[in-house]
Amino acid sequence: MSQTMLDRYIQAFLETLLMVSVSVAIAITTGLILAVTLVITAPGGLYPKPRFNRVLSVTVNTFRAIPFIILLVAMLPLTRFLVGTTLGTWAAIVPLSAHLIPFYARIAQVSINEVDPGLVEAARAMGCRRWHIVRHVLLPEALPGIIGGMTVCIIAMIGSSAMAGAVGAGGLGDLAIRYGYERYETRVLFEIILILIAMVTVVQFSGEWLSRRVDHKR
Amino acid sequence: MFQFKIDPLQISPEEPIPVSGRNRASAHIVFDNLQKQYAGGVQALRGVSFDIDRGEIFGIIGRSGAGKSTLLRSINMLERPSDGRVVIDGIDVGHLNEDGLVRLRRRIGMIFQHFNLLSAKTVRDNVGLPLRVAGVPASVVRARVDFLLELVGLTDKADVYPAKLSGGQKQRVGIARALVHDPEILLCDEATSALDPETTQSILDLLRDINNKLGLTVVLITHDMAVIRAICDRVLVLDNGEIAEQGDVWHVFGNPRADATRALLRPLQNDLPTDLAEKLLPELNGRKGNAILSLRFTGASHPEGVSLQSLLALAPNAKLLHGGVDRIQGHAQGQMLVAVPVDSIHGNVFTAAFSSDLIKVLGYVPDDAR
Repeated sequence: MSQTMLDRYIQAFLETLLMVSVSVAIAITTGLILAVTLVITAPGGLYPKPRFNRVLSVTVNTFRAIPFIILLVAMLPLTRFLVGTTLGTWAAIVPLSAHLIPFYARIAQVSINEVDPGLVEAARAMGCRRWHIVRHVLLPEALPGIIGGMTVCIIAMIGSSAMAGAVGAGGLGDLAIRYGYERYETRVLFEIILILIAMVTVVQFSGEWLSRRVDHKR
Repeated sequence: MFQFKIDPLQISPEEPIPVSGRNRASAHIVFDNLQKQYAGGVQALRGVSFDIDRGEIFGIIGRSGAGKSTLLRSINMLERPSDGRVVIDGIDVGHLNEDGLVRLRRRIGMIFQHFNLLSAKTVRDNVGLPLRVAGVPASVVRARVDFLLELVGLTDKADVYPAKLSGGQKQRVGIARALVHDPEILLCDEATSALDPETTQSILDLLRDINNKLGLTVVLITHDMAVIRAICDRVLVLDNGEIAEQGDVWHVFGNPRADATRALLRPLQNDLPTDLAEKLLPELNGRKGNAILSLRFTGASHPEGVSLQSLLALAPNAKLLHGGVDRIQGHAQGQMLVAVPVDSIHGNVFTAAFSSDLIKVLGYVPDDAR
C-alpha cells in the first residue's frame, strides 16, 4: 500500500472516530435527558404531565421516522447556523446527533421503564424527593440497559457516518464509496469493511463487558 | 347434628368486643371514615375508622383484594384516600405538602414483601440511603448503618450486593433500612410472605424484639393468621373494603364472629379429620357407640388453662381424638375432639361445660363401624 493511501486510511479512520465519538457523546447525553423526561412526565410518573409527554413523544417519533439521508439535507440550515458551514466533519455531526438522539432516547426509556416500581415506592416511603429517585433509583438501576443501549447506539452511528460523505465529512464509509465503489478498487472496499467489522466487534464486546460489570442483579 | 350452648360464662355473640381498658388518648394513628375509589371504579376502602395505639403491634388481615395494601399505604400517603382522614399524632397527613410528606416519611419506616432493595447499591449503601438523601453527614451515616447492621445481625455483609443474599437476609437489610432514621412507626407490607417458615419465624422474632427495644408502633398487613398470632397485640379483619371485626388477637382468635375471620382462621384450626368424618352418623338408632364432641375454648372464661379433670369428668373413658390448646397473649384457647361412650354422656357433659366455652355434638360413631 502506498504511503498516500495509508495516510488516506488513517485520515478517514480519525474522521470516523471524531464523528462517532462527538455525535455519540451529544446523542447519549441529550437522549438520556429526553428519556428521563419521557419517563417521569408520563401519566403515573414522578411528575405527571400527560399533554407535554404526548407532544414530546410525537416529536421523538417524527425525528425517528425521517431517514438519515433526508435529515442530512433537511437540517442544512440548522447546521450552517450551528457550525457556520454545511461541509466537513463537524457539519456532519449535527445531523448525526439529531438522528441518534431520539433513537437513544427510546432505548434508554425502555431500560428506565423496566426498573421495578417497587423500588420507586420504597424510595418514596423512605423520604426521597423526586430527583433523589432519578439519581439514586432510576438511573443506577437502569445502568446496565443504558450502557447496552450505548453499544447499540455507537454501532448504529458507525453505520450512519458512512452516509455523511454526502456532505463532504469524509470518514471510512466515504473512502469506501469513493475509492472502492466508484473507482472499482474492490480491495479498498474490502479492507474498509474489515476495519469496520473490527470496530463494531471491539465496541460490542467492550459494551457487553461494561454492562456486565455494572449489573449486580445476579 | 344438634348443638347446645350451656356455659353461663360464655360471651354471647351479641355482646360488644371488650376493648381492654384502652383510651383514645394513647392513639398514635387515627383512621377516620377512610375511603378509596380507584380510577377504574374499584372501591378499595368503604369508610374505615379505627385507631392504632402507640407502641403496639397492630395487624391488618384480609384476603387479597380486601384493601389492606391501600389502607397501609394511606399511613405514609403513598396512596391518597379519596375521602376521610388519617391523623398521626394529631396531624391530618392528607393535608401535608411535598415537604411535609418527606418529613413525615422520614418518621415512618416501611418494609416490603419483595424487599425492594436497590440492586446497584451495596447493603451498606442501601441501608444508608434514607439518611444520605436527608443530608446527614457521611461519618454519621456510617456509624448509624454499622449500628443497624449489628442489630439485624448482618455486620459481615455490609459490602455485599443484595443479589448475593438469601431472602431472610434481604428482609433484614430491609428492616435495617426502615429503621435507619429512627422512625416512630414501622409499616410491614406482607413482610414475611415471600419467606420460608423458619425464616418467617426469625423475622417475626426480630420485629417483636425491635418493638420491645425501640418501642415503635408496628403496623403490619398479612393474609396469614399465623403471623398475627405470633406477634400482634390487636388485629383488624378487613373484608371487601370494610372492617369485618377487630380486637385483641386472643379474643378474635378465640371467638371469631365474621365469616371472613373464620375463613382466614380455618388453616390454623383443628377441624374434623376426614377418616372420622366418613364414619360419622347423625344418630346411633339404638346401637352402641361414641358421641363425638367438639370442645372449644375461647380463652375468655378460663384464660389460665384447660382443666384436665373436667375433661375426664365427661366420662371416665372419654378419649381425646384430635386438637390442642394454644396460648395467645396469655389466654389458653383451642379446640378438641373427644369421643364419649353414649351410655355415660348424660349429665357429665354439663360438668365439662364449665371449662369449655362451647360444646357441640358433631355426630356419632357406632362401635361396629369400620
